[in-house]
Amino acid sequence: MKIYDMPDPEGHFGPYGGIFVSETLIAAIDELKAQYLHYRDDPQFQTEFAYELKHYVGRPSPIYHARRLSDSLGGAQIYLKREDLNHTGAHKINNTVGQAMLAQRMGKKRIIAETGAGQHGVASATVAARYGMECVVYMGSEDVRRQAQNVYRMKLLGARVVPVESGSRTLKDALNEAMRDWVTNVQNTFYIIGTVAGPHPYPMMVRDFNSVVGRECLTQMPEMAGRQPDVVLACVGGGSNAMGIFYPYIPHESVRLMGVEAGGEGVASGHHAASLVAGSPGVLHGNRTYLLQDSNGQIIETHSISAGLDYPGVGPEHAWLKDSHRAEYVAINDDEALHAFHTLCRMEGIIPALESSHALAQAMKMAPAMGKEQILLVNLSGRGDKDMATVAERSGIAL
Amino acid sequence: MSRIPATFERLAHAGRKALIPFFSVGDPSLALCVPTMQAMVSGGADILELGVPFSDPMADGPTIQRSSERALKNGVSLLDVLNAVARFRQTDDQTPVVLMGYANPIERMGRERFADQCASAGVDGVLVVDYPPDEARELGKLLRPHGIDSIFLLSPTSTDARIKEIAALASGYIYYVSLRGVTGASNMDPQEVARQIARIKTAATVPVGVGFGIRDGATARLLAGVADAIVVGSRIVEEIEASTADESPARVGALINIFRQAMDA
Repeated sequence: MKIYDMPDPEGHFGPYGGIFVSETLIAAIDELKAQYLHYRDDPQFQTEFAYELKHYVGRPSPIYHARRLSDSLGGAQIYLKREDLNHTGAHKINNTVGQAMLAQRMGKKRIIAETGAGQHGVASATVAARYGMECVVYMGSEDVRRQAQNVYRMKLLGARVVPVESGSRTLKDALNEAMRDWVTNVQNTFYIIGTVAGPHPYPMMVRDFNSVVGRECLTQMPEMAGRQPDVVLACVGGGSNAMGIFYPYIPHESVRLMGVEAGGEGVASGHHAASLVAGSPGVLHGNRTYLLQDSNGQIIETHSISAGLDYPGVGPEHAWLKDSHRAEYVAINDDEALHAFHTLCRMEGIIPALESSHALAQAMKMAPAMGKEQILLVNLSGRGDKDMATVAERSGIAL
Repeated sequence: MSRIPATFERLAHAGRKALIPFFSVGDPSLALCVPTMQAMVSGGADILELGVPFSDPMADGPTIQRSSERALKNGVSLLDVLNAVARFRQTDDQTPVVLMGYANPIERMGRERFADQCASAGVDGVLVVDYPPDEARELGKLLRPHGIDSIFLLSPTSTDARIKEIAALASGYIYYVSLRGVTGASNMDPQEVARQIARIKTAATVPVGVGFGIRDGATARLLAGVADAIVVGSRIVEEIEASTADESPARVGALINIFRQAMDA
């Protein structure tokens, strides 16, 4: 395979990505791009980033061989990359530490973020506290209601949470509102986007900061299992945890990469968030990518039991990996994800995030038909404590 | 050629500046689109900017987003917008019409089909808020043979290099965004606007209009002293919001007349 060097200087991954924003944001994006490209190659920045990841985030995260689960399925061995053990309980902190360090160097005293389930909002509020910056988090009012505990966590960390009442009152609307704040306050404000979407350089930058996940796996897997996995699986909403683990594996062609989208009530039902499996290319939130849209090009409302996957677009690099067949994308529906969630709780004593449960469910689906010597590596991107209320409600239990 | 250059020429001869009102097609209803356009012309509008509703209008403030949402609730599509322009053209073959919107509905329709439909409807200019110059250049190649102008935004943060790049692509007019923020914000500094327009005029050959944050006749008059055109959007949408559907076209026409008189006084 020829060297993979996406994106191009304008942020294109093949026909995807790019910078689709109003002229009012161009100067801010140019500044960010120049600064990021500078610090990406700055050894001092990278040394500090590595230090923060080790001592503040708690990296490297271990890989765990889920033996009981694998034995019960009777096929391939399932390994879990334990991003749930990071500080704040998910992979999101890798990226927010990186962007906060960049914000600090750019002299921005105020950070803003959008959040759906609240994980990225919590990770942003956390680094804002850590680096002594003001933090404003935009969150759809519907999500504020659904994720009251995370809203309180953000407030404890000193952030201001602004409920967004426009549109569908969910993640995409929070993103719109954060963009508006950025346009207005661009001189003192750094916008920390939480996923590998948005205008260039965000998809590249967020991927880079999260790719520590895949790089660790590249050394950990041979140590643990004597070789690299046959398949790497990760859930895909916007796609940051998936890009983080996929990216270092892209040149390793014998390793299959599999992204798992939210199938909601089933892709055929129309109530899902599977942009790559069931969407079509278009332009949203600053980049060209696969979208869930109607025949008039309006973005449609999505559904998933997992708020973190409930997004009508997807990072443009995933769109490219799909079209170029380097990665495969499938959908897992709510019930399958819930089943995987409960199984991991009972069999391995690990409570996974509902997002990560989608990737796990796909691995559990594939394992029985595979050989016992084969290996599935699942990115367990977050822990499930935040999902207690959702799971209990589904089981008819009032907490 | 579109109707835009002739309009600016006629105004220049008369010593007047262009008044360009904006509203979202489908707000308050699709049926009132043409009456609203006609009332705007009667009130003294020179060019009409029609907003194409989009579910995620990232560059707009809450006022225009709400109007976009009302239009979408009324089921208005890009095709409906084009059909409304065609209906307007049956009664008015003089007033230029510019479509302003976001990339995705156009991409979904297909750029070629969009360009063809614009031509047959009688559209004079297209402004795609979230197209970068490279993408706009591609769309422009399809619009130009039909004599349709590519309108561009410039902002207070646009660099000299960027102004040059866009001035080379722009036709019809350039739309200068007079403040740092979204549509409908209110932190505009007239002296700064005058300086910026002078800067743009060193590179641009087309007229330069100014918009975002013009809420009253006095401001419009002040800025008409330095710009070739005044764009009024959120203030009109507020008027539509405050009116019953029946009285909406007349109230919009009356509001535009206030701006007109202030600019011509």
